Amino acid sequence: MLSSFVTIYARRLFVDRAAKRVLELVVVCSGLILLIIAGTLYFRSLPVHGQAHWGSLLMSREWHPSRGQFGFLPFIAGTLWVTGVAMVLAVPVCLLMAIYLVEYAPRFLREGINPLIDILAGIPSVVYGMWGVLVIVPFVKNYLAPWFGVSSSGYSIIAGGMVLAVMVVPGIIHITMEVLKSVPQELRDASLALGATKWQTIKNVVTRRAMPGMVAAIVLGLSRAFGETIAVLMVVGNVARVPGSIFDPAYPLPALIANNYGEMLSIPMYDAALLFAALILLLVVLYFNVVSRLILSGTKWSSYYYG
Amino acid sequence: MTGIPPHISVRDLNVFYGKDHALKDISVDIPNKKITAIIGPSGCGKTTLLKSFNRLLERADNVKVTGQVLVDGEDIYDPKMEITHIRKKMGLLSQKPYPLPMSIYDNIAYGPRIHGEQNKKKLDKIVEHFLKTASLWEEVKDKLHGPAARLSVGQQQRLCLARGLAVGPEIILGDEPTSALDPKSSQHIEKRFIELKERYTIIVVTHILRQAKRLADYVLFLYMGRLIEHGPAQAIFENPQQEMTKEYIFGVIS
Repeated sequence: MLSSFVTIYARRLFVDRAAKRVLELVVVCSGLILLIIAGTLYFRSLPVHGQAHWGSLLMSREWHPSRGQFGFLPFIAGTLWVTGVAMVLAVPVCLLMAIYLVEYAPRFLREGINPLIDILAGIPSVVYGMWGVLVIVPFVKNYLAPWFGVSSSGYSIIAGGMVLAVMVVPGIIHITMEVLKSVPQELRDASLALGATKWQTIKNVVTRRAMPGMVAAIVLGLSRAFGETIAVLMVVGNVARVPGSIFDPAYPLPALIANNYGEMLSIPMYDAALLFAALILLLVVLYFNVVSRLILSGTKWSSYYYG
Repeated sequence: MTGIPPHISVRDLNVFYGKDHALKDISVDIPNKKITAIIGPSGCGKTTLLKSFNRLLERADNVKVTGQVLVDGEDIYDPKMEITHIRKKMGLLSQKPYPLPMSIYDNIAYGPRIHGEQNKKKLDKIVEHFLKTASLWEEVKDKLHGPAARLSVGQQQRLCLARGLAVGPEIILGDEPTSALDPKSSQHIEKRFIELKERYTIIVVTHILRQAKRLADYVLFLYMGRLIEHGPAQAIFENPQQEMTKEYIFGVIS
């Protein structure tokens, strides 16, 4: 009797400790994966960045793999252009929509539109890409570019930016809405009670209080846009040249990797160069994520003004 | 009561939150330049009544208000009334201080600014004047441009008082304004109220009977959304007429 009691007791404690260890292991492993990926990319791309200076790799516009010249500027510029255009198109719309939905919209509209936004976020990128090819590319070619007096095949930065903008909108709206909802109602009351109009309250108090969170939402959208591959690849033209205008084609980093990795590996150092491109991408996205987490958790400014 | 006309007259006020009938047929006059305390057990509609005075209720989706609230003889629920005009007449102190996410200076200057005051010198004067009125000036005069969120809760509540006074109201509404404060800070606020009643009509919701006794000239007792009894403080506290008021004041219901 007593001995069985002791064994049950001991087993309980063992399971308890084991559970903790197993959970810890899972967490550590998932963290390790990131390190392993980064490490693999770093070491496998050593042939390229080991012999040349990082700065010259990143700033050179000469991309001639067969001659062993790997200048990443066209791809970095392409990525920045497409991401930039997407953010310029998406951010104002997102912020205004989120403000409308949280501050003005009647309840049924706010609650009805939420699932729609979630669905939009769940559409596979390749579908967005096809939609871009079918709709956006001809639109740019036949209407937008002529309207600006330039000729374009339609496969261009602006097309990529437009498709990408549609893709990042749901995420940014979603987080911005959460951030706005977390602003205490009493803070709005305090401003309204002073005789402020609703708009004055939103402009001077609500958005001010929500600023760190809104910045974080934008940064998260930015990192999503930065890494988005397939939809952009389908509409952006993929020409390895530093673009001169938004109607030029571009070749963003993710598209470079997706199009070439596993194919032209007979060229010496080509795979190292692509891995280096992946490393840049990983580091940039990681950086954005860390920055937005820091802002969201409010280590920087929120404790200062936001209490 | 005296011959001075009431500052606020409530006539047949009913408030519904959806199907919930929160205030039932309230009719009462709030005396001018006195401290009126609204007392009653929690959930009896004290805060709802207070917020009906500056129309902060209607912010929620499903609120319905019927009846009249006359401030200086004007019905504030008249659709033609401009809501900012009504709210400007009243300063609000909430249960917990909510400083705006800006500096101490900007918190006070916020009200005057939104009503169009841009003259820096005038704003400086307003800020200094009302911080002094709220007896906060000495503590903050060297950090006016520091964040308001860094002040202690007690200081924040006095800041909110100064902020409310800076738009030139006639009425101060306090929604349990000392409930988040320590005894010392509470005393501070109570003292300010007693000083301020010379110039302002003050209405305070409180669940602290002793506070009501210390402050109030006039008392409203609410229970389950009904105004059970109202009258001069002394009469209510020493000789309540209604059974329920007696039970509340002598501690049977709470």
